Amino acid sequence: MSKHDVAVVGIGQTKFRSKRRDVNIPEMVYEAVKMALDDAQLEPKEIDAIIIGNMDHFEGINFSELFCGIEGAPGYLKPVVKVATGGTTGSSLAICGYHNVASGIYNKVLVVGWEKLNEGGATTGIITAFDPVWERPSLAGALGPLALMAGMYSAKYGITSEQAAKVTVKNRSNAANNPFAHLQMPNITIDYVMSSQMISYPLRLHDVCPQSEGACALIYANEEETKKITDNPAWFHVVETAHYYTFGTDEAMFDLPTATIASKKAYKKAGIKNPVKDLDVAEIYEPTSWSELSWTEALGFCKPGEGGKLLDEGITLMSGEFPVNPSGGVLSTNPIGATALVRVAEAAIQVMGRGEKRQVPDVEKALAMGFGGSLWSEVLILGKEPLR
Amino acid sequence: MDKVGIVGCTQTKYEADKIDQTYSELVFEVVKKLHNELGITNDDIGCVITSSNDFNDGRTIANMAIQDAVGSIGKAESRVSGDGAFAYIYGAMRILSESYDTVMVVSHCKCSEVNQYLVNNTIFDPYYQRHLGLDQISSAGLMANMYMNKYGVTEDQAAKVVIKNRKNALNNPYAHLQKEITIDEVLNSKMLAYPLKELDFPPFSDGAVAMLLAKEDVAKKMTDTPVWLKGYGSCTDAYYLGHRNMTDLIGLELAAKEAYKMANIKDPVKEIDVCEVSENFSIHELMIYEALGLCAPGKGGEFIEGGETEMNGSIPVNPSGGVLSSNPIMANGLIRVAEIALQLKGKADKRQIPNAKIGLAYGMNGICSQGNCVLIFGGE
Repeated sequence: MSKHDVAVVGIGQTKFRSKRRDVNIPEMVYEAVKMALDDAQLEPKEIDAIIIGNMDHFEGINFSELFCGIEGAPGYLKPVVKVATGGTTGSSLAICGYHNVASGIYNKVLVVGWEKLNEGGATTGIITAFDPVWERPSLAGALGPLALMAGMYSAKYGITSEQAAKVTVKNRSNAANNPFAHLQMPNITIDYVMSSQMISYPLRLHDVCPQSEGACALIYANEEETKKITDNPAWFHVVETAHYYTFGTDEAMFDLPTATIASKKAYKKAGIKNPVKDLDVAEIYEPTSWSELSWTEALGFCKPGEGGKLLDEGITLMSGEFPVNPSGGVLSTNPIGATALVRVAEAAIQVMGRGEKRQVPDVEKALAMGFGGSLWSEVLILGKEPLR
Repeated sequence: MDKVGIVGCTQTKYEADKIDQTYSELVFEVVKKLHNELGITNDDIGCVITSSNDFNDGRTIANMAIQDAVGSIGKAESRVSGDGAFAYIYGAMRILSESYDTVMVVSHCKCSEVNQYLVNNTIFDPYYQRHLGLDQISSAGLMANMYMNKYGVTEDQAAKVVIKNRKNALNNPYAHLQKEITIDEVLNSKMLAYPLKELDFPPFSDGAVAMLLAKEDVAKKMTDTPVWLKGYGSCTDAYYLGHRNMTDLIGLELAAKEAYKMANIKDPVKEIDVCEVSENFSIHELMIYEALGLCAPGKGGEFIEGGETEMNGSIPVNPSGGVLSSNPIMANGLIRVAEIALQLKGKADKRQIPNAKIGLAYGMNGICSQGNCVLIFGGE
């Protein structure tokens, strides 16, 4: 499949919060980096290269990797590169790190994603991602398109607000088991979600992810180095990306075709026939409650239109056959440049069996998914053993 | 190392203000040209790596706007936020990892969209340095002054870099500034940041560059003149200017050493036939000679005076005219790679160095060579 097998051998996450006034950006990045280095029991000098992910417009720092890679991570006199693809930044970063090691160019790399949104403004930034003439006056930012998608999805398949609210209830109560999660709401109810403020029909306040500050760092190694570092790594089986039209509205927006394209390719390469049976857990990037239902369809966990039913039957609950987002997902924690990397980190944690209260029993294979851009998807599968 | 080959590359003409084209259209122009030149379709491209910068484009997720132009609908695209040389190496890694047979690498920059001095000010940290008003001009002035002071390099010697590169640009149909200039014009141009004057700096340009990479057997099928990656080194210097040794480009020196080691190069002047480097100001090119080991530290001035880096010198540097002639900032590194590819393919027309077999491309990120990427290529 690839020239070298690549494993996650060290993981670090900050506690995610709405504001981290106690630290500046490099200090926040350093927290996650230090945890990952300690986890892998590596010295900074043992890292060959650093891959950083951050949406530099959101904090207003150009070449933020040259700042944080040196001041918050051990990048001095090492290769430092930044990958930035919007919401998918974290997964694009995870995939870039994979190719750095799989190619044989580097043996051990540090992958870091972060965002500190109170130092800037995410929406101000995201609006400029859209075409200044055609899109910006009508459909810019994150919320508008996501509301449109939720509305079209619900109209096509008859998904109800109550079914969507159940996603928030599931994920935010899962988050109570995750010490790093931002919004931990063990006692949240469907009524509470459904009576929250309407933001953009049909999305209410609690149908939508928060904005969080924090960083996530992973260390990858090749076969030989992995053996030296740990006897409990999480191996990458496959990494896949599917992008889409510049104008997301060039196609109907009731579903997410890129997740279908990327996951089908990934399942084929990883020998997955039935994802719900062959995989044990998924960490997916659901920016809204409605999108988790829709994405579970697009990823082939159920048939189109049956995302609501999948959750109604309890399959994606912690106690279900195929738990989705044991960490609490994006509805609980959303540090944009790190969000999709947290999915990969949490999938690795599940494979390693280190999820403590959020651990799904006997995980052999886990899926992580990133979402962003103009309806882009990235799918990564990790396993206890290398694929070959 | 397995082989990664450059199959072909295309460029736009670089100009000050391509007001008739959006940056997506610039990208489409080079992608379409690449398809036509190589006789391929979008189906022949495994995945796409782009390089751009949200600040330079004035757009967040700047690669979102070019998805249609690069043809990555339902296909994998990823974006290095930074110089094009780093996108090249990420593209090469995707082939070396045996994940893709072909990768298209594209870089663009439309400097005319945004005030580039303000953009460069945002490279400095928001807590301590940014409000001092530092940008690429003032920081280059600091570096040039310290360097000249330490080594006794003169303004005349620096001006020779500008003369050389502008003269070379006359042979490059894509170059932005195509007008020969005299040493007096350089020395008498407006002082911007002592000791650097207006003509010691490059223009701002709009443009794009595209390239197709392929694994060995595929590359050989697609072209008679593939250009192979022989060496790569990357190294990042300190962030704060005050933490750096401003008189020597340490990051570049270490990146070059690594690349030479991989390419088994002992004596760069003898073994390398041509260099394309990202020189952001006249003195910078002299410092680059030294860091690349083409001459001893402090001897960059004498090196250019001896004519060593002229078109007919022992190691021509920037036959294309370099950044001092064309400066679509984020694309500079990938243009360097493309120009070396043309040299090694023997397709550089009037700027061709005879019998060029080994070439070096240098791309950089940030202020005063903070992030460095050195690539060595070989023909045959």
